[in-house]
Amino acid sequence: MSFSDVLKKYENFDFDNFFKNVSEEDAGSSLDKNKLSETDLLNLLSPAAESKLEKMAKRSHDMTVQYFGRTVSLYIPLYISNYCSNGCIYCGFCASNKISRKMLTLDEIEKEAEILKQTGIKHVLVLTGEAENITSFDYIRSTLILLAKSFPSISIEVFPMSVEQYSELKAIGVDGLTVYQEVYDRDIYAKVHPYGRKRDYEWRLECPERGAKAGFRLVNIGALYGLADVRKEAFINALHAKYLDDKYPDTEIAVSFPRINSSEGGYIPSHRLSDKTFVQFLTAFRLFLPRVGINVSTRENAEFRDNILTLGITRMSAGSNTAVGGYSDDSINNVPQFDISDSRNVTETIEMLKRSGYQPILKDWELIK
Amino acid sequence: MNDILKLGNREFTNRLFTGTGKFRSRTLIPEMLKASGSEMITVALRRVDFAAGDENILEFIPKNVTLLPNTSGARNCDEAVRIARIAREAGMGDFIKIEIITDTKYLMPDNEETLKATKILSSEGFIVLPYVMPDLTYSYKLIDAGAAAVMPLGSPIGSNRGIKLKEIIEILIENIEIPVIVDAGIGKPSQAAEAMEMGADAVLVNTAISIAEDPVTMGKAFSLAVQAGRMGYLAKMGGESKTAIASSPLTGFLR
Repeated sequence: MSFSDVLKKYENFDFDNFFKNVSEEDAGSSLDKNKLSETDLLNLLSPAAESKLEKMAKRSHDMTVQYFGRTVSLYIPLYISNYCSNGCIYCGFCASNKISRKMLTLDEIEKEAEILKQTGIKHVLVLTGEAENITSFDYIRSTLILLAKSFPSISIEVFPMSVEQYSELKAIGVDGLTVYQEVYDRDIYAKVHPYGRKRDYEWRLECPERGAKAGFRLVNIGALYGLADVRKEAFINALHAKYLDDKYPDTEIAVSFPRINSSEGGYIPSHRLSDKTFVQFLTAFRLFLPRVGINVSTRENAEFRDNILTLGITRMSAGSNTAVGGYSDDSINNVPQFDISDSRNVTETIEMLKRSGYQPILKDWELIK
Repeated sequence: MNDILKLGNREFTNRLFTGTGKFRSRTLIPEMLKASGSEMITVALRRVDFAAGDENILEFIPKNVTLLPNTSGARNCDEAVRIARIAREAGMGDFIKIEIITDTKYLMPDNEETLKATKILSSEGFIVLPYVMPDLTYSYKLIDAGAAAVMPLGSPIGSNRGIKLKEIIEILIENIEIPVIVDAGIGKPSQAAEAMEMGADAVLVNTAISIAEDPVTMGKAFSLAVQAGRMGYLAKMGGESKTAIASSPLTGFLR
């Protein structure tokens, strides 16, 4: 059974009607359970559950401390190219956007790596736009061989690949994959991805599973909130995480809640994920999937990141610079994929965590080859 | 009372072993060690950054405390063996706790791969403490493979639910000649005392100490509980009985 089969179960499900009919009591009784069913999850994602938010937050906090302690794993994103052959209408890297494009050479990547190394964080997330003909597999592979010398833990957020390709990268030392479906609603998916390889919904949907099959230690998925009904998207994303978690017990599954709230690259989101609903999703995910990693990026502003720290977060990006080549040359100002809201540097993020009574984890893997 | 636990070439008077994971601040680790008197602490090699200078987690562990590096993150024998070798080459000593887990949900150990790794590492001179599902047959095999002790889980790791596998662990304690160290799942000092009363040779407690509001005091509480449980065991408790037992034996006249 693939995740597409799981999706079929909910193809004709009337989400609007279900959410409308959930009562505060339903939400309350789901909240009191030790093991949550899919229906319980729907109850907790419903508007009625907002009245239980404080209690959800308390339980989510307790469960997170129980399973993860007061610790947060940090990683640094490294953008190596903004070339893209996809037409995602919501993204700054969109192929039709007339922006200056840059792809780092291996020498330039080495310079960036030198700077990132000095932060002490040993986990790097390598990102590109998706342009298989330019930032080819071989280019990405060479980059990763280079970075594996400095970073014991490397994740990638690049174009979706085959199991064989992922296995090859794993042998180099890549241990994590981040890939967001962006939007699970098929009709909207087709609309916001008018051309490019990314139009293929299934190929992307099954990408996290291919990563798990190849043996990555961490697979991070997510929906990009702003493109479709947020509650439905959150529910399907949680099912996706559960599916992967059940089927690939040796891979740690993590989720992110990236959201487009203001106009980015000229795109005005059709749906909005409020702070309150964000917190509701975050805590509902924790209750549904006690051990899932929950990742928050610098898309979120510093104040909000600090406030949600204790509610279930286990991973954070730090010192993010989304400009290609931006760490070693701060005059570089190419158009980012999205706007950074938390502009603190790595030291400031580490200090914030310590002040809040959380241990920043800078290294969590040893490269064993 | 001269009650010493021998593991490899080391002798321990304190039977509470501790861990370095999940503390809100690593500065709490030396304080907890001092308050508890714990003489052995486990450290995940994956979290050690030898290049981090003062921030290296090993800097927070006093030199008189024995390091028990663990292979956390290993998913098979081969990975565990490599991690153990890296730890020893880095100067973390000869002790190794083998932890091989392919199930991130319940964190159950893989006994089969653990047995293989035990064989290899003990032949290389490591003092091997394998984290295992309690199983008598496997325990005999681990002894043959050269394990210095067995570390059965009391309950799923980090679950703080007490010793759910009590009856099986009691069988191990009764039957095998190497030390039995109950690892994982001990959530309260009273549960540590219970394990020691059962006759466990030591307990390893990490989560319950590190996530407590006051990990330093909790470390001390566990240490006292371990001492109490151990003394109870050594003093040979009278068996539990559901009916009252007359203090003068009823069959005394048969003498």
